[in-house]
Amino acid sequence: MGEERARPTPASDMLLANARLVDPVAQRELPGGVLVMRGVIADSGAHLAKPPDKPRQEIRVIDCRGLVVAPGLVDLQAFLGEPGAEHRETLASASRAAAAGGITTMVCRPDTDPVIDDPAIVDFVLRRARAASSLRIVPCAALTRGLAGKEMTEIGLLKEAGAVAFGDGHKSVMDAQLMRRALTYARDRDAIVSHFTEDANLAAEGVMNEGEFASRLGLPGIPKVAETLMLMRDLALVRLTGARYHASLITCAESLEAIRAAKQEGLTVTCGVSINHLTLNESDVAEYRTFFKLSPPLRSESDRQALVAGLSEGVIDAIVSDHDPQDVETKRQPFTESADGAIGLETMLAAALRLVHSGEVSLPRLLAALSSGPAAAFRLPAASLARGSPADLIVFDPDEPWVVDPANLASVCKNTPFDEARLQGRVLATFVGGELVHAVADSLPGL
Amino acid sequence: MSGRPLYPYRHLLGIEGLSRSDIEGLLDTAQDYVALSRQVEKKAATLRGRTQINLFFEPSTRTQSSFEIAGKRLGADVMNMSVSASSVKKGETLLDTAATLNAMRPDIIIVRHHAAGAVNLLARKVDCSVVNAGDGAHEHPTQALLDALTIRRAKGRIEGLVITICGDILHSRVARSNIICLSALGAFVRLVGPSTLLPAQVERFGVEVARDMRSGLAGADIVMMLRLQRERMSGAFVPSVREYFRYFGLDREKLAYAKPDALVMHPGPMNRGVEIASDVADGAQSLVREQVEMGVAVRMAVLEALARHLPNG
Repeated sequence: MGEERARPTPASDMLLANARLVDPVAQRELPGGVLVMRGVIADSGAHLAKPPDKPRQEIRVIDCRGLVVAPGLVDLQAFLGEPGAEHRETLASASRAAAAGGITTMVCRPDTDPVIDDPAIVDFVLRRARAASSLRIVPCAALTRGLAGKEMTEIGLLKEAGAVAFGDGHKSVMDAQLMRRALTYARDRDAIVSHFTEDANLAAEGVMNEGEFASRLGLPGIPKVAETLMLMRDLALVRLTGARYHASLITCAESLEAIRAAKQEGLTVTCGVSINHLTLNESDVAEYRTFFKLSPPLRSESDRQALVAGLSEGVIDAIVSDHDPQDVETKRQPFTESADGAIGLETMLAAALRLVHSGEVSLPRLLAALSSGPAAAFRLPAASLARGSPADLIVFDPDEPWVVDPANLASVCKNTPFDEARLQGRVLATFVGGELVHAVADSLPGL
Repeated sequence: MSGRPLYPYRHLLGIEGLSRSDIEGLLDTAQDYVALSRQVEKKAATLRGRTQINLFFEPSTRTQSSFEIAGKRLGADVMNMSVSASSVKKGETLLDTAATLNAMRPDIIIVRHHAAGAVNLLARKVDCSVVNAGDGAHEHPTQALLDALTIRRAKGRIEGLVITICGDILHSRVARSNIICLSALGAFVRLVGPSTLLPAQVERFGVEVARDMRSGLAGADIVMMLRLQRERMSGAFVPSVREYFRYFGLDREKLAYAKPDALVMHPGPMNRGVEIASDVADGAQSLVREQVEMGVAVRMAVLEALARHLPNG
């Protein structure tokens, strides 16, 4: 296993011409092109809209047919199966799904088996990723050993090994004393704490959002206060410690307001929202549909609308797939006994584009929350069209309609809440460091 | 029994979704079976040659025997399966069990399961008719039907009555089915209990909610008590049995808040001295034994209604 990543096609210099450039950093879009040299963006802008009359032989010119060219998407939260759950997903299968969905960087969850709580396992994941994938895959390491919430991990050594953030997956550190110390220590090591915010005692046996729907279905509910209480505790500790903090999955209006206030106060706080919570609500559970059983649970429609407004205003830094493949056996169960989670890598962009098509969010704003926003939150290489940035790029048709057929999705598991959904927006080409990692055949002249 | 509206569904999974005429049709049929059940010769041939399986994932004495008697009086071959002990421990899933039973070609399966929605899930995977005999805290439709029949016989009507349901509403499938059923039949339904035992946003069920027995029982024609599970009595939801009985236990004194001719119901089994005092449970205003009798009649009516949709039925 070498140090070089497996490369599907050799890096070549190319010009993405005749494109609709959407720059999430500058928040603007214009007709133009992007010139890629040696895996890096050499130039971009309106002057490259038309291919040169006499192109240099060695530069491949791709006609983007006026479709969108934007930085590749950055997904801060996905469960990728390795190590320990290869029957649910592998780095290779997840990468195929992600590339098809326009994702070029993924942060994998630490709640694997074994848990990513040791520098050797960080190293293992990074090596496996280089061997099995041509995307950029980096781990979020556990914040506490074995995710047990008792002792902090070796934050410094894990960070040196390559962990980009620290959190306990879909578990919260309930012990406030430990959380305070972990935040304090992480601040000294300049590490980002990415915390799931749900008070385990208040959530208890709950399986869906507390409220009328759960009451009618006779299902135990998870109240929103389980999330906001934990989030507000964390924000108080961030104020105390000055740590750099990311709320990994917020789901309701109250949490959004807490994040907004913390940002106004000047705390170093960012937050993520899953694509599911932006596009679905508790009523989708309908007759006990377990593909909509998520953690945290889908909330009310008014919460969803508040999150969409927060996205539009820029309060939400990152949209995440929260990709969580589950095999059939763990989903084909009574609702209370079914596993949580939904796959999302391949459908995230198209599902998110619903918000653009409905006029709720502008395309540059949406793409910021899918690329430059998350990259900044975790201090990952810039997702940008600026000269000198890595050529992680996608070409997509924001309008192309398609129907989600689980059989055609690349993930090992098919637990998509968008089963048979009609979506609009399809990625035609995905490049990582200038290399083509996904393409729809014959979709773009020159590709 | 011609002239009555045909029950238009293949299963009975809940009261939710049934129309008033669906419910009244079942009650009218059940009314006839009360008479049959009081005869010496109690047998009918409606289900002759049919196989009925009682699949109980949760132990139950009353409901299971009530369904068994109902099936046998209609001439079905009835088989009881208690799954709680055997297959589940061996790792067999609900759907495996469903597939296994389905291969034995039953005509009707009666299912009780501890998880809400489990019966609904099972019904989608079998070819026969399914009756929900209680799924988690979701629904227990035959209990609601037998309660409605009991009330209708005792009061002559349901429309316009004030019916108070008391106690652990949160965990009660009986309460959910009764709220839907009695509201559909035109009753005013009121709930009373400590807030820790009321479901979130329960006001949106179209009911009145009271937090004390005096206001909850005021003007009530029917007082329906619910069982409080032992594990919920000591600190988790209410502080203690004696405190619960002090504020929510139905004794003579609290019953006096209701109308003088109010009648008392309980789905059983009763915790005497916890939610209901013995003298009330056994007193002249109690309908508890009547409820058990109506249980058989209602279940016969349900089985008959479903049998009409069975192949060759």
